[in-house]
This record gives sequence, structure tokens and C-alpha cells, in this order.
Amino acid sequence: MDIHLLDAAPTVAERVAVEHVLGPPAGGWDGGIRDSERQGHSLRGGGHEARSRRHLLLPVLLSVQEHLGWISPGALNHIAERLTVPPADVYGVATFYALLSVDPRPPRVIHVCEDLACRCNGSQELIAQLEEHLGAEGELNADGSGTWLRSPCLGQCDRAPAAMVTLSGEHPEEHVLAPVTAQQVLAAIDGRPVDGADPVTPLQQAGDPSLQLLARVGRVDPVSLDDYRADGGYAALRRALELGGEGVIRELKDSRLMGRGGAAFPTGVKWEAVAHQAARPHYLICNADESEPGTFKDRVVIEGDPYSLIEAMTIAGYATGCEHGYVYLRGEYPQAHAILGAALEEARRRGYLGPDVLGEGFAFDIEIRKGGGAYICGEETAIFNSIEGFRGEPRSKPPFPVVAGLFGKPTVVNNVETLVNVLRVVLASGPGYAETGTEGSSGTKLFCLSGNVERPGTYEVPFGTTLTELLELAGGVAGGRELQAVLMGGAAGGFLRPDELDLPLTFEGAREARTTLGSGVVMVLDDRVDIPRFLQRIAAFFRNESCGQCVPCRVGTVRQQEALARLASGRTRGGAGAELALVAEIGQCMRDASICGLGQTASSAIESAIGRLGVFGGAA
Amino acid sequence: MSSQPLSLPKRMVELEIDGQPVRVFEGQTILDALRKLEIATPTLCYGDTLQPANACRVCVVELEGARVLAPSCSRKAEEGMRVRTDSERVRLSRRLVLELLGSSVDLSTTPVAEGYLSDYDARPERFGPPAPPDPARDRKRAGHHIEPDGQTAATVAGPVKIDNELYVRDYSKCILCYKCVDACGEQYQNTFAITVAGRGFDARISTEFVVELPESACVYCGNCIAVCPTGALMFRSEHELREAGEWKPDSQAVTQTICPYCGVGCNLELHVQDNAIVKVTSPDDHDVTRGNLCIKGRFGYQHVQGPRRRREE
Repeated sequence: MDIHLLDAAPTVAERVAVEHVLGPPAGGWDGGIRDSERQGHSLRGGGHEARSRRHLLLPVLLSVQEHLGWISPGALNHIAERLTVPPADVYGVATFYALLSVDPRPPRVIHVCEDLACRCNGSQELIAQLEEHLGAEGELNADGSGTWLRSPCLGQCDRAPAAMVTLSGEHPEEHVLAPVTAQQVLAAIDGRPVDGADPVTPLQQAGDPSLQLLARVGRVDPVSLDDYRADGGYAALRRALELGGEGVIRELKDSRLMGRGGAAFPTGVKWEAVAHQAARPHYLICNADESEPGTFKDRVVIEGDPYSLIEAMTIAGYATGCEHGYVYLRGEYPQAHAILGAALEEARRRGYLGPDVLGEGFAFDIEIRKGGGAYICGEETAIFNSIEGFRGEPRSKPPFPVVAGLFGKPTVVNNVETLVNVLRVVLASGPGYAETGTEGSSGTKLFCLSGNVERPGTYEVPFGTTLTELLELAGGVAGGRELQAVLMGGAAGGFLRPDELDLPLTFEGAREARTTLGSGVVMVLDDRVDIPRFLQRIAAFFRNESCGQCVPCRVGTVRQQEALARLASGRTRGGAGAELALVAEIGQCMRDASICGLGQTASSAIESAIGRLGVFGGAA
Repeated sequence: MSSQPLSLPKRMVELEIDGQPVRVFEGQTILDALRKLEIATPTLCYGDTLQPANACRVCVVELEGARVLAPSCSRKAEEGMRVRTDSERVRLSRRLVLELLGSSVDLSTTPVAEGYLSDYDARPERFGPPAPPDPARDRKRAGHHIEPDGQTAATVAGPVKIDNELYVRDYSKCILCYKCVDACGEQYQNTFAITVAGRGFDARISTEFVVELPESACVYCGNCIAVCPTGALMFRSEHELREAGEWKPDSQAVTQTICPYCGVGCNLELHVQDNAIVKVTSPDDHDVTRGNLCIKGRFGYQHVQGPRRRREE
């Protein structure tokens, strides 16, 4: 295919950034130098080969963004030429992701979280100070070398308020600042040293012998494979090899393990469906695009015990016939990326990954794919498009991923927490695993406590623990203040009143109480939180994160936000009652007619605040 | 004579729609079944010979046992399916989709819009008066926006893009149905001049870095115009006549002919107003071209009506 390129050339640095991912060009076809001495130099060829690398589009764009700070027309053009992807297509992908910029950005950008948990911990005041000192987001500092941008949830809610620093250049760096002050952000923008970057937060339950999934977190050196093995690591893989693939799936089905990403689908059923598909190859994707505001449990697992995820994925690959696994890791997790990357390298070096895992005669390897700043890419079919190098728009189902997923092949998509549970299932046997928890919800569950709670963090409790018990474990409301509400499940979840805390934390209990456990968010809001403002942030979040593909979500999230703004200001059209009816109708259309789960849940927290908390005079 | 490739006979599936049984071929959609029963179903992003994008969601129906509504244009009919098209849920979602579009997009040249809006009692104006156009819309960053006060309803309005002699792009009228992108790209033309850029409400049809069409990969086949359901893409001749208030579709004659340029033999439909060709289309049901043309067939008609061609009377 001939592609029409722009009249713009890349700089040397841009070429180098592209080559970090793609290597040097093979010849004239893909953007290199034509070598007339070489035999066959004039043959047209290599187009198919170049196009077959389209799945590297997002990694290349991220590399250019990280090294140069933005994606210039010359760089975009060069990427288009290297991959034989039309420049318009590259532009469509580049403008989809919030971490990528097609307009010039300075080398230092500080992404300051303005989302829910940080809001409970002073991020609004912090942002006000930044605006006072530097002006609105995107304004440059005095020498033009740095700026700050508002960011959706950075997944650091246990140490809010948070910021992420990106430093572009020959050796790009990314750091997390949490908790962060306005002074630190201002220092980081100017390139002055900031203490306490990339914090390691100890587990609140450290030393608790009942911990299963978090047992190693904080206790072993996360990148040491020997530490992992000395602590019982890789026993589950050996057991899985004894059981055989079908045996593993049988145990999983007996365990009644349900997916922990929010949808609670039976994991064994999913694995079995893929294992039995005739089409090859099969793919495994670990969904680590943890972007639901208030969620950070997967980050804690990856940063504290990366080998458990690697081992679990190896078992999944073995049982479902996948040779290639991807970890789709959100772009805002630099520490998790570094730790998991180091662990993968070590596992590969020691033969725990590769063409012949442990000499057992099966091949399995794992690749990290970094996200570009898009909540929607946590949707399981949007992940496929994102990995394949397209805009991260969800696909319509059917066909389901177990039949036609990544590259059109049968694909298992599991959340990080789901996967690490597999180790417990294999070691304890299915029925043994199911002894913990309740009939409908087996095992333990990770909960992310944040907001105005005394001891925020990731907590592991057996299913069936009540919300009251969980809140007591976390020390209750911070500073002994009065509880106003609890947000369960994040922006896509729902609110509970203080008189509803006897809720048993199970899938069935949540369903019965017409709420959701979702991704395990438990955000505590004290009496100072301005709920109408909080809801406006939720509405803004969904407007920002909608992919724009279908009308109900693309326009519905905007109309929902506008109606909430009118309700909050009191300048309604036809009174609060009429506005609430409008919000309910928009919500129903989004829930019923959107393509994916984002639109289908974009009104749930807002409607629960109206219906349960009685905000704006709704029926409480 | 056109030949049909031989294939195995297709199985039929039987389903029930609003209580009526209907049989369609395996692989056909719910919409095919609805049309067989002559149940009027609104569609916007569906049509021509493109694969359904199922983006607009105006054709949704209720499936018994399903948690959410299903787009009838793309959901395959299955044996034993029970479909409802007349339920409150279906009507509400269809009405809301029309209101959401009507409040954010200029539907004045969408031929079917007026009928649909009245069929469903859609009142787009209830979201408030339209907000002023956003001049930065073409370059909006993903995931960032200025918080609204809700007193006006955001729209996709922007200036009409006139950057070439042949056609204009008025994205104020764009419902983002993806059809032009699919037609420009892998489904028809394989030119890939345009894409969906940006995200969410700021998603828009764009060339790379918003360059004008003459700098882009566009080959002016006009197949995007042919599939555009809203008039966002329009022949320049039609646009100018409309601007002058002289666009008179009722007094136009449509003449079918064969394109004179090459041996493919594409069918042309010449739309003639006041003895001048004002638009060229091609029938969808042609087995070779399936509604597609190239720049010559689509726009190369000036020789028919040029001054040198006219005979002295």
C-alpha cells in the first residue's frame, strides 16, 4: 500500500526514539536509506512485514512521547512510514490517549490528580495554589521547561494527594509523588530536587498471618526470584503441571473463583471456553489497566509480589493453551512497570519463562504493554484494539473474547487479583479454596480503602466480612469525624449511607443491597465532603474518559454533567424535580443503549447519590 | 446476465418479534428480520454497502433475557430469540439518542431526522439553548475540558471547511457514524485520508494534524459523500446552491447513465437542476461498484456543460 506522507522530517532524536522500539529500518521501504548496492533493493517489499508490526504503534508513540515530550508532525510521519500505517490513522490513535500530546509540551510535566480520593485529601487546595503561582493547567513556568496538568485518578489513593512526574529527554524518567504538596509540585516543575519520590507504603495488615494474596507484600524483595521461591513461590506451577491443564480448570471451577475486575464472571468457565477453542494461537491478557478512581490493589500486588502474577499467568497459559501473555499495565504506574519488568527479565533468564518453561515442554512468555492514559482501555475488548495499535474503542459483543479476542483469536482476559487467586486455588484445591468466603463468593477479596479513613491502604479480608468490620480494620473515619457516606466500587459504583454499613461484603450481598463491590473501592467520605461537587467530578470523569464511539455515552455523559452543574448551582431548567427526571432518563439510556460497561455505569454513582443519599432533594 | 456463486443452501432461523414469528437466513441481522416484517425501525449510522458500525444506537431493540438493549443493525438473528421493538425501554432509548444528537448536531440536512424526531416525540431543546461554537474543537486534548455551567448545551458546531473545489465538510452536522472513515479506509477506497481523532464528545473526523484536504491523502473519490447520512459532507455545488437558497431537490431530474471515462462501466446517477448537473451518485445495487466511484465519475462532469460544449443556437 502506498501511503501519502506529510512533508515533515523527523529529527535524529525522534528517529532514535522510534528505533528504541522498532530497531533500525531494514531499507528504503520502511524509512531507512535506499542501498542501491544491495541485491533486490528496488523490489517493492516489506510492506506486509511492516504492517504486521502495527501492534507496536502505541509502544512507538509512547517512546517518542517519553523521549521528546510530544509527538511532532515529523515524528508522526516517520512512525507512519516505519509501520506503513497512514498518518491519519496514527494521528487518530495518538489523539486518543491523554498521556500522548500532538502539541508541543515542555520536558517536565507534572500530572496532578484531581480525582475522588485526592479530593478528600486536599487536592483542590493544592491545585488552587498551582493556579495562583503558575496559572491554569498547561501554562509554562518561567523558563518554559515545565508545566502541570490535571489528571484523572493516578491509583495512589492510599497516599493522596498524588502527582506523577514525567521528564522527557535522552533518558526519560517517571516518578510518583504521593502524598504531594504544592511546593513539591512547583519544585518538580522547575527541575529542583524533590524528596520522597516513588514512595513504598507498608501494608496496614503487615504481619497478619491470615493474609493469602498479600502474604509476601512488604516481606520479600519483590524482584528477587530466590526470595520468592524460598517463600513458597512456584509451588503452584509445579502442582499445576501435576494436575494437567484440564485438572487446573476443574479445580478452578470447583473453587467457584469469580473475576475480581468488576464483572464477577466465573474464571474456570472462561478458561475452559478458551482451552476448548480449536482456533490457534490463544492469547492471555492480564488486565492491569487499573483506572477506576479509588482502585490501587493491583498496583500493590505488582509492586510487592510481581512473581506471583508471573507464576499465575504461566499457569493460565499452560491450562488454556496460550504461548503469549500480555500484561496491559496502565501508563501511570511507573514503579509497577519497573518492578514487573525486572521480574520478567529475571524469570526469563532463569528459564521460568521462554520457549521451554522449566524444561516441561511448553512455551510461555509475557510482554508488558503500557497504556497511554485511557480508562476505557480497561474494558476487555478495548484492550484488544489498544494492543493491536488501533484506537482503544470497545468492540461490540458477540463475538465474545473467548471466541474472537486479540488479533481475532480466542483470548483469556483476567484481572491481576483474579490471577493471583489462581495460585491459592491450585495449592489448596478447588474445594479447599472455597472453604474461605461464602457460598456465592469464595475466597478472599482485596479492598482499596481511601478517602477520609484513618489508615488508608489495600486490605485483604474473606468474603462475608461486613463493611463495618472492614472500616474498623482501617481505623474508621479519619480524625474521628462523622461519616457522611461510603462510595463502593468507584466512579462506576454506588454510595451507601452510614446506616447501611452492616452490608456483608459478597457479590450476592452487594447485589441484594443494589450496590456493587466493583473493583473493591471503599472510599470513605466524612461530613466535610461536598457531595454535589463530588458528583460533578464523577460526571466530568466519565465525560473525559468516554471513547466517543456511541451516542448514548458520548453525548449522554455531557448532558448528565450539564444537568448536575445546574442542580448544584440551583439555576435549574424547570425546577430540581424536572432536572432529576432528566438525569434519570439520560441514565437509563446510557445504561440500556451504550456499547460497553463505561456508558452502562456512567450514571450509577450519580443516581445512587440521588436515590440513596437524597442529594438535590432526591428520594432518600 | 449476472452469475451467482454456488454455495451451500443457507439454514433458516426462526425468531419472534413483538409476538410475530419470522424466519430469516442464518447470518442475517435482527434488522433484516424487522424489515421483513415491515416494522419501521430508525437507522442513522447503518446503510449503503458498509458493515454496520453500530455507533448511533438508534435502532436498539429489547432481547428477552438480555441485560441491555441490542443494536438491531448488527446483532445476528438467533434461533428462538424473542425481540421487542415497542417496549417503553426501547422507545426511551431511541428518543434519548435522537434528543442527544438533535441537541448537539445540526440535523437540518439529515433527510430522515424530522420524521424520526416527531415519531418519537423527541425534544432536543429540553437540554437548553445551544452553547456557542468552540473554536478549539479541532485540537482538543483527550481527557481535558472546561467544566460547563449547564446553562447551555454543548454542541459540535464549527466553521464549514471549504478547502478544495469539489466538496465541503461541515462537521457541525456530523453524528460521528464512522461511515466516511470506513469508506475512505479499508472498506472501500483504501486511501485512509481521514480518521476519528480525539476522544469522547471531542471526537471528530480529521486528517493528520488537521491538514487541509489538498495536503492530505484524499483522492476525491467522493465515496465519503455518498455514504454520509447527514449532509456533513456535500458537493460544493450543492453547498453553494443551498447557501444561496436555490437548492430545489423537488425540481431535480435524476438521469442514469454509464460513466464515459474507462472500461469499468460504473453506473452514474446525474442529479440535474435547471439544466445543470449539481450532484453525481451511483446506485448501491451495482455488483461491481456497490455505490462507489472515482474522482472522474464523481466530479468529472464539467465537460458536459462547459461553454465550449454548447452548440450555437
